[in-house]
Amino acid sequence: MADETLLSARGLSLSFGAIPALVGVDADLWPGEVLAVVGESGSGKTTLLNVLSGRMAPHSGVTWYRDPEGVLHDVHAMPMPALRALHRSDWGFVHQNPRDSLRMGVTAGGNVGERLMAQGMRHYGRIRAEAIDWLRQVEIDADRVDHLPRTFSGGMLQRLQIARTLVTHPRLVFMDEPTGGLDVSVQARLLDLIRGLVARLDIAVVLVTHDLAVARLLAHRIMVMQRGVVVETGLTDQVLDDPQHPYTQLLVSSVLQA
Amino acid sequence: MLRTEGLEKQFVLHLRGGLRLPVLAHVDLHVAAGECVALVGPSGAGKSTLLRALYGNYHADAGRILVRHEGALVDIAAAAPRTVVRVRADTLGYVSQFLRVVPRVPALDIVADAARGVSREQAREMAAALLLRLHIPARMHALPPATFSGGEQQRVNLARGFIGGHPVLLLDEPTASLDAARADIVVDMIAEAKQNGAAIVGIFHDVAVRDRVADRLHHVTPLQDAA
Amino acid sequence: MKGYNFAYLDEQTKRMIRRALLKAVAIPGHQVPFGSREMPLPYGWGTGGIQVTAAVLGEADVLKVIDQGADDTTNAVSIRRFFGRTAGVATTTHTTEATVIQTRHRIPEVALREDQIIVYQVPQPEPLSKLEPSRAETRRMHGLAEYGAMHVKLYEDITRFGHVAISYDYPVMVNGRYLMAPSPIPAFDNPKMHMMPALQLFGAGREQRIYAVPPWTAVRSLDFEDHPFRTTRAPHACGLCGAADSYLDEVVTDDRGGRLFVCSDTDFCEGRRAAGHLGSEAGAETGTDMAAE
Repeated sequence: MADETLLSARGLSLSFGAIPALVGVDADLWPGEVLAVVGESGSGKTTLLNVLSGRMAPHSGVTWYRDPEGVLHDVHAMPMPALRALHRSDWGFVHQNPRDSLRMGVTAGGNVGERLMAQGMRHYGRIRAEAIDWLRQVEIDADRVDHLPRTFSGGMLQRLQIARTLVTHPRLVFMDEPTGGLDVSVQARLLDLIRGLVARLDIAVVLVTHDLAVARLLAHRIMVMQRGVVVETGLTDQVLDDPQHPYTQLLVSSVLQA
Repeated sequence: MLRTEGLEKQFVLHLRGGLRLPVLAHVDLHVAAGECVALVGPSGAGKSTLLRALYGNYHADAGRILVRHEGALVDIAAAAPRTVVRVRADTLGYVSQFLRVVPRVPALDIVADAARGVSREQAREMAAALLLRLHIPARMHALPPATFSGGEQQRVNLARGFIGGHPVLLLDEPTASLDAARADIVVDMIAEAKQNGAAIVGIFHDVAVRDRVADRLHHVTPLQDAA
Repeated sequence: MKGYNFAYLDEQTKRMIRRALLKAVAIPGHQVPFGSREMPLPYGWGTGGIQVTAAVLGEADVLKVIDQGADDTTNAVSIRRFFGRTAGVATTTHTTEATVIQTRHRIPEVALREDQIIVYQVPQPEPLSKLEPSRAETRRMHGLAEYGAMHVKLYEDITRFGHVAISYDYPVMVNGRYLMAPSPIPAFDNPKMHMMPALQLFGAGREQRIYAVPPWTAVRSLDFEDHPFRTTRAPHACGLCGAADSYLDEVVTDDRGGRLFVCSDTDFCEGRRAAGHLGSEAGAETGTDMAAE
């Protein structure tokens, strides 16, 4: 791991009317590192994801992103074209509902190839070959490349979204409950897939989840949020096995043991 | 290789009105390369807690846990989380009592993933050999261990802990669910790791096993509840 | 001309349209909003084109109006008469004689010159409209030149049909910057837009947009390196003039399956026949054989 952070946030604050969504949140992410953000609904974890990724602006605070050339960018001051270009290249966003990101009327190959075409690739054969390679990497049969996503199962749709996101080899991927809404058996397969891809491709991930088991299996570090405040942060297994903050203890003790 | 200075640990149960349970105090442990130290003490004395604190799995409230990592001493109790991640990857191995893995992954991959500094193919070869040595037959290597028996799961866990050849190894009841013949294999593996210069701290419920592997005993004594 | 201002529209309106035209010429391929007026013909009949023509027409101009290449269809005849009456300008059916050509869905076969203006009637000015329903979003996409989605559409065509299955209104990049709808001209005509000496103006009345391609501007049809843009035409020679390189219309000649392929550009076809070129069906009486107006 490099010693310089990929993403660094300081003092992020944002409220919706009287409701504080983020209160002075600091966060750091190093290349190749998986950071889980956990908490209940309304804890601000999804808002944090949206702010870190530049999709929302905080009322105060700053988020720095270091590009592949080592240049620092203030995410919230970046011109929109640069930010959108970033979201199509070095960054990726995996939504809980794959239908929010996929084009349902476009074939699997077209969905995976879109980011390549947006980056200027203009060779049909190469785009298609890349798409097939990525379908294989997310364990979708190559002969599904010309099928429409609406013929895919929920787990396949999520894997297709991941292929579509990773095709440009982003160094940083934001994930919002990537295994939410899936059957338990499908979840396990997806978790294994994400874990393998992230490790092999050395991708840094900010992972928002309410599922502590998902955080334990994927994340190096964890941030626990409550009402917009980061109440505890540290090594994933240490925070989950030896929680220090009352809220984290409540959260951990509330999980059903299978 | 591993040294603690004035290590202290207490649990504060906020859900029980802030109940305080002190477990460890003034723990001064020292383990050299090629040495195996067994933690002994009555049940509930904090042996497991100490082992987990050494791994960084439990938060140390005071004191230092110094591990020699890439030629320098790292204080696990104070290091940044990502430093601990690196120390665990390269220096500090841990065999827990229970296997905790992604449900779908085959046993062979679980073990191979823990190998260090070798190619993917080499890692899989080493993993297969290690599993066979621990009497996990080849037909089970491609299966996820969720359906394995307790003893089989523990042996997968052992293979995972030993494959990396970490310079410091923490073993939590490594033979608890094993019969005598299987336990002998583990004893041999510990002896080999020591020969290779590993510093080992372990909890061994089986006194016979303990006497065969341990060079020294470290007594962990229960503290008075101060709640 | 009594009772009408020159070319029907009042001077303020023409000035407003000219300002939009100047802006459009300055930013080739960019859609400029304008205050489209009610015209005495229905939407879809060329209300945008007719307003642009009205704004650029001068007393000395010679106007030609074509509809799908033909000078003699109802739409073309009506618009030509309209300007003959409201502006008193000379009209013609000969491409070479015209200074302003208003067209629906074709570019004449004869290469246009620097002293000519071609005005296209445009039903849908937004090339991304079928991919992205939100106007705000398509504006943003144009602003940031994010045209990956358009290539996804071409990718899908090649995947499904083996080739890009867009036969008309084939999207183009203007001056390497803006994605533009060339109006529903056949893809066959797209190459004519590239480096055209004449000024090209586009008017969409219902959608209230004007855009332009200045003379000598690069206009490239979107394609892939391994699936380059290709024009297609019916694999026949014109039945009347024998031309083998013009865009053809298929005309059903009887109720027994008889059909005839003839030039869609009637002026071009007539010119060739006057010069002595004859096709295999020359002499056969068809509805496209045009009568002098």
